[in-house]
Amino acid sequence: MRCALLGNGLKVLIHEEHTAPLASVWCWYKAGSKDERPGLTGVSHWVEHMNFKGTTNIPRDQVKGIIEQFGGTWNGYTWIDQTTYFETATRDALDRMLFIESERMANCLYHPDDCESERTVIISELQGGDNDPDQLLDQELTATAFKAHPYRHPTIGWLPDLQTMTRDDLYGYYRRYYVPNNATLVIVGDVETDVALRRAEHHFGAIQPGAEVSRIRTVEPEQTGERRLTIRKPGTTAYLKVGYHAPSATDGHFFPLLILDAVLTGAKGLNLWSSFRGAAPQRSTRLYRALVERGIASWVGGSLLPTEQPFLYTISATVTDGTPLPSAESTLLEELDRVERGGITDAELTKAKAQLRARLVFDSDSVTNIAHQLGYFETIGGVESFTTLAPRIAAVTVDEVNAAARAVLPSANRTIGWFDPLPVGEESAK
Amino acid sequence: MTPAVAIHLAMRAGSSCDPDDATGATWLLSRVIDRGTALRSAADIAEELDGRGITITTTVTRHLFSLLCTCLADDFEPVLELLGDILMSPTIPDEELATRKGQVITAIRQDDDNPGVRASETLMALLYPNGHPYGRPTKGSIAVVESLTRDRLLRLHEERFAPAALTAAIVGDVDVPRALDVAARVLGLWRKPLPTRTVLPPVRRATTRSRSVIPMMNKAQADIAYGFTTIARRDPAYYAYWLMNNVFGQYSLGGRLGDSIRERQGMAYYASSSLDANVVEGPLVVRAGVSPANVDRAVASIDEEVARLAGEGVTEKELDESRRFLIGSIPRALETNAAIANFLQNAEFFELGLDYDVRLPELLSAVTVDEVNAAARHAVAVDRATIVIAGPYRDS
Repeated sequence: MRCALLGNGLKVLIHEEHTAPLASVWCWYKAGSKDERPGLTGVSHWVEHMNFKGTTNIPRDQVKGIIEQFGGTWNGYTWIDQTTYFETATRDALDRMLFIESERMANCLYHPDDCESERTVIISELQGGDNDPDQLLDQELTATAFKAHPYRHPTIGWLPDLQTMTRDDLYGYYRRYYVPNNATLVIVGDVETDVALRRAEHHFGAIQPGAEVSRIRTVEPEQTGERRLTIRKPGTTAYLKVGYHAPSATDGHFFPLLILDAVLTGAKGLNLWSSFRGAAPQRSTRLYRALVERGIASWVGGSLLPTEQPFLYTISATVTDGTPLPSAESTLLEELDRVERGGITDAELTKAKAQLRARLVFDSDSVTNIAHQLGYFETIGGVESFTTLAPRIAAVTVDEVNAAARAVLPSANRTIGWFDPLPVGEESAK
Repeated sequence: MTPAVAIHLAMRAGSSCDPDDATGATWLLSRVIDRGTALRSAADIAEELDGRGITITTTVTRHLFSLLCTCLADDFEPVLELLGDILMSPTIPDEELATRKGQVITAIRQDDDNPGVRASETLMALLYPNGHPYGRPTKGSIAVVESLTRDRLLRLHEERFAPAALTAAIVGDVDVPRALDVAARVLGLWRKPLPTRTVLPPVRRATTRSRSVIPMMNKAQADIAYGFTTIARRDPAYYAYWLMNNVFGQYSLGGRLGDSIRERQGMAYYASSSLDANVVEGPLVVRAGVSPANVDRAVASIDEEVARLAGEGVTEKELDESRRFLIGSIPRALETNAAIANFLQNAEFFELGLDYDVRLPELLSAVTVDEVNAAARHAVAVDRATIVIAGPYRDS
């Protein structure tokens, strides 16, 4: 892999992968929902939507088809630490992909009519998420677990902010964060590194750097006691979540906690773009056996995501029809207390490492996924935090995992959330 | 090359094989088939899977019951042995069946609270009425799931699972001769007669427009499902239908539908259409998620696009764009091992030939705008649309 820094501060990562005649280009910005000020929650995500709506040199009516004519796909996403955009297409589209991303960085239009039209699209996206009780509980649990840090608000934003944000708010945010010295360009695929770098310089080299982006300085104060929330709404199914404050991806305690999660709920891999779409290998894990095999939950899962700053380790369960929520909660907490007190075994460590080894291979099965991983980790902690994943996982000891369990799992560090369904009205019954 | 192998075993025993009085039996079998065999307990299987960092994904479509697994190349042989054992010799222990029933019942309850699922399943029941297998919910009902016994599921397995109904696709970092040897050793000694063929009832096209509302007042957003029955996959007109649907509701961000409902009117986060041509005439379904205040406007916009498609057809430019996209996307669609395995299974099931990926550009290139427009006139019409709305909405 080649890493280059252009004169305007844009970092460029290029990795040749010649298994298919394809190339994937991702452009990453250190602009996520944690960078948003009160009153502007959701601005990062809305700006992402606006950046698909034409530029000075790509008229609005020519956006559609600009990459499809190369058989390509494109998309983007926003999360708490970053916003990213990508195109994957045949290798002959490399220049087109770089052109699109350079235009997106410098020349988006933000026509007032488009801003208004997108407001209702985003509110529709928010309402679609609210239809899912599990997603609603996740959002409320995060907001309860964090008192100060902006990780507390959802990436899509709070509805009142989405209703009042202006075109100038959006454009101001775009101009502040979409500068080369706040971005990383990743190119992976059937390309020649020297040629790809020259083309990147051609498209991006003249874009002026911006002022250094000021970062939020808020540190979440240590949690001093267990927190709880209960959502009571009409529904058919009960959901349970327990969230613990957890270390960031660059903290030495992250990897022992990753092993602990694999022991409790199975290894998911570390690719937000792909690996969470499939189930984890978890049938022999502690929480699966305690909850699913005993008929208490129909599903259980753990989520420890690599983030720039300390976020959450969350365990979620879908409670089986007919099982009381308190019973599910006490079974879950008993298992967590057990591992906090007694730690894990050598055999569990070995199995968790084997799982993670396999998942890391599966995480990088396409040019799109390889490019995602390079850019994602570069955004949260430097690209070396990706290239050193395997040895760092391999080096974890049982003692380190047990220390992580003792540090993270105490009750004072957790927030417990219930979705406790009320009977659905007659009009909604099947 | 990624040091991994994708294994995709597809048995011609999908939900269309559900007995008439046991809708959901195949789905329940899919949840319990890998929880114990003649050679392995559920705990043994769990250890084998978790120790290798792999999972088995079991899928049920109308016609196929599939086991899918991606493993490290070094694990290929033992993993295929495990999958073969699961497919050929499940024992369905009673205690495992009881646990999986609990999971399936909870999943059915979740579906009951999901406007998207309610709208889609109701639309399929209306398009394929009178117990047609395409109109039945794959998971079945709580009452049927509760009534299913171990013996009933073993009988279903005995009647429907056989070597002549199985196709194995193996793709990845493994030599072909070795893959064939292992497959022959694992599956080659299995002897059972070919199951009787499931005969599907004929599909009757709707002749009138219908509209159904499922009020779900506890929800924030309404889901619209709007559809028609179309053609069978083996119909020579399939490629014209495929291109027609791409222009209508797929190309870029949802084709014409996405342009109108999302981009121009800002009414929905998603608006698109899908075509699922199958063994018999499959559905073309438009889906959109909208605020309850916009339901009527969204349905009117879909009507408008349907009328335009049927009346004016597509333009040469639109057809060329979609064709170019579909042909150009073939290398991307065949990039990963799992995607290639899935493509091969599809080609095998519909008898498209192992050179289908090579022939596909020609097949798409041969379609004319007149053929696409004939497909549009045949497929869609405002006065034959079946419409279902589920969510916080009532008919005024």
